[in-house]
Amino acid sequence: MGVKVIIPTPLRQYADKNASVVVEGKTVDEVMQNLTALHGELKRHLYGEDGKLRRFVNIYRNEEDIRYLEKENTPVKDNDVLNIVPSIAGGNIHFGNEAVLPGIPGRK
Amino acid sequence: MATSIHQKELERIRQHGAQTYPHECCGILLGKAEDWNKTILDILPMNNARKDSPQNRYMILPEDLIASDREARKRGLDVIGFYHSHPDHPAQPSEFDREHAWPWFAYIIVAVGKGVPRDLTAWLLSADRAQFVPEELQVTENGN
Ligand SMILES: [Zn+2]
Repeated sequence: MGVKVIIPTPLRQYADKNASVVVEGKTVDEVMQNLTALHGELKRHLYGEDGKLRRFVNIYRNEEDIRYLEKENTPVKDNDVLNIVPSIAGGNIHFGNEAVLPGIPGRK
Repeated sequence: MATSIHQKELERIRQHGAQTYPHECCGILLGKAEDWNKTILDILPMNNARKDSPQNRYMILPEDLIASDREARKRGLDVIGFYHSHPDHPAQPSEFDREHAWPWFAYIIVAVGKGVPRDLTAWLLSADRAQFVPEELQVTENGN
């Protein structure tokens, strides 16, 4: 028993090539901590150096974005499915730490 | 490791870049992958979700990616990478591109100068996330 985490294709190489991994946990955060404890190399792609989930990492609990639930404190139960989905972003000029301030237009 | 793409799809990426100029275009690369070898078989042009700064930023929303992934799998394909344009900038990934990149995916960049598509390059994020490494792009002439 546990929560099934769907691993996105680019990260499967860091999860023994598994498309999904079942881990224990009562919240999204616990599940993610257990997942990255099990597969350590996943960590740098999911968490920033500040130890927070990267902004372009989206997690869905049974198809609902946890941002609209209780974020990482969102409760989970056995047989729930967590889906890790990338946001795809980029651009052509480096602009300080704009990454955390999405409302600010970049410089020309 | 290499990525192959048909000339026709390459042309569609260039045209998308010209169409959206002076804004960035973006899209999804669909195809098949065997470990690190990828074959691009179709592209899905996407709307740039960065309405605030489309001339130097692009974003593909996760819900659009989920829908595209579903559509791809129905056709027996996978999402294997992404493309975007650099209006009036070289086809080199920016620091911002790198920070937001995922490993394994192929990233294609097309430079569009004054509305005309120019260089087109392909990249992979290094395993330590420290840099983008040039990816060999094999262009095929004939379908299938
Ligand atoms: Zn870029």
